[in-house]
Amino acid sequence: MRPPSPSIPEKEFLNSALKQNLRIDGRAPLDMRTPVFIFGPELGWVDCSLGKTRVIAYVDAKMVKPTPERPFEGMITIHSELSPMASSEYETGRPSEEEVTITRMLDKIIKRSDALDKESLCILAGQRVWHIRLSLHFLADAGNMVDCACLAGIVALRHFRRPEVEVIGDDEVIVHSPLERAPMPLAIHHSPFCFTFAFFADPETPPILDPTQLEQRLSAGLMSIALNAQKEICVLQKLGGVPQDTEEVLRLVKVAVAQAKELSNTVDAKLTADWETRKVEVR
Amino acid sequence: MGSRIEILNEAGFRSDGRRQFELRDLTIDLAKHGEADGSALISHGLTQVLVSVYGPREAKMRSHTFHDRANINVEVVVASFSTGERRKRQRGDKRVLEFAATIKSTFEPVIRTNLYPRSQIDIYVQVLQQDGSTLQTCINAATLALMNAGIPMTDFVCAVTGGVHSTSPMLDLSTLEENDIPHVTVAVMPKTKKVVLVTMETRLHVDRFEEILNLARDAGAILHQEMKEAILARSATLVALAEPVTKNQNKGDDDVVMD
Repeated sequence: MRPPSPSIPEKEFLNSALKQNLRIDGRAPLDMRTPVFIFGPELGWVDCSLGKTRVIAYVDAKMVKPTPERPFEGMITIHSELSPMASSEYETGRPSEEEVTITRMLDKIIKRSDALDKESLCILAGQRVWHIRLSLHFLADAGNMVDCACLAGIVALRHFRRPEVEVIGDDEVIVHSPLERAPMPLAIHHSPFCFTFAFFADPETPPILDPTQLEQRLSAGLMSIALNAQKEICVLQKLGGVPQDTEEVLRLVKVAVAQAKELSNTVDAKLTADWETRKVEVR
Repeated sequence: MGSRIEILNEAGFRSDGRRQFELRDLTIDLAKHGEADGSALISHGLTQVLVSVYGPREAKMRSHTFHDRANINVEVVVASFSTGERRKRQRGDKRVLEFAATIKSTFEPVIRTNLYPRSQIDIYVQVLQQDGSTLQTCINAATLALMNAGIPMTDFVCAVTGGVHSTSPMLDLSTLEENDIPHVTVAVMPKTKKVVLVTMETRLHVDRFEEILNLARDAGAILHQEMKEAILARSATLVALAEPVTKNQNKGDDDVVMD
């Protein structure tokens, strides 16, 4: 079933408002919705929401045998499936084009940008490595699922602690329970954050950051930029949509740079605040 | 093994003997392939792609029609013998699906789809050989195939891949270079100099990105000349072929000649 398209008055209202730099939820064009994090009782469980868009990320680790090609590297897999729960746009079964874009984008941002140090997940070369599994549950889609999912994934990975292990001799591995030894955080090289901009067919309408579902549906194209606080772009994706000047693309990259710095500080603060409420280490 | 190969040596040459900004040899074959309305076989160096375009025609599935514009359908097949290691990709492979979606969204704003409501344009992409810059080759081939099929477009779409080796930017990367250095694919519309597609999947500093984006945009203009020449040459041959037929008709009996 194709989702109902927005009604003509809705469309006209939004377009004329945007032309005057006004958005329906009162934000400025290049403002992002404030992310809200709820940390679960377990380490590595995060519920992240951007406005009404809501994603739960959960990380768990288990020991597996590494692949023969890469005996020194741990594994990371991302499980994500969009169900009709998030929005009636998604169907179960064959992945839709949008779903492919979201999952591939997450894969690129979290896995291919080397955010996680895979070699530090090795326990015994060729025999035992950690397999980190990140599962994402999309609870509600109110626009801009990619940014929300990416943020949830990165925060969950940083929140997660894996049990401490000890290798005795050549082949004996002891896994210490969290009660004996404090669990270890994952070795993370950098934290990429994703920012999505929406463009409109009308040349007078400015591009907007973090579109809501209605804005996203009425837009004529999206551009996603994933970058970290060190000003490194990890993924930049502008697929089709309204053709833009390179100057405009570079201007939005600069906007994303500033946003990434801000978001990185917020995430750091939230993670430390949560950490202080937990009693993990007793010395 | 990757670090053993020198991407750019001190004399300023790349692993295949090119200069920093030198593009690989471009060959374009616009001859008709089978039943397709338009096709193009193009190669950038050792990367070779065949694109066939069918349409505008009636959509196979009713649900795929739009009342106000044509639907663009892109299907990509990567030949299992196209890379060094022989690998069969399944049809449902997410990377191939993403590739097709990328090509589709690149051409959506360029093709005048509103001229053909309730119809479909099919673009079939066959990747025959891969040696880096596959997306670039696919987009350039699709542009030429669409033009060859006579589908109205607002402009050419010229794609170029650029990369940065430490601080020196380079263009049109081979597999060797693509595996080692960050790379960006940019598709430009040469007339307005606007970019339709920008995609990057590897880590790169913002300042370097700016440099490579502008460079790739300028390289697109060079490719545009080559592509335009090929299209004009093809049209010239078609016109030349059509001429003798009309002459013969005029020479024939008077009662056969119509209007």
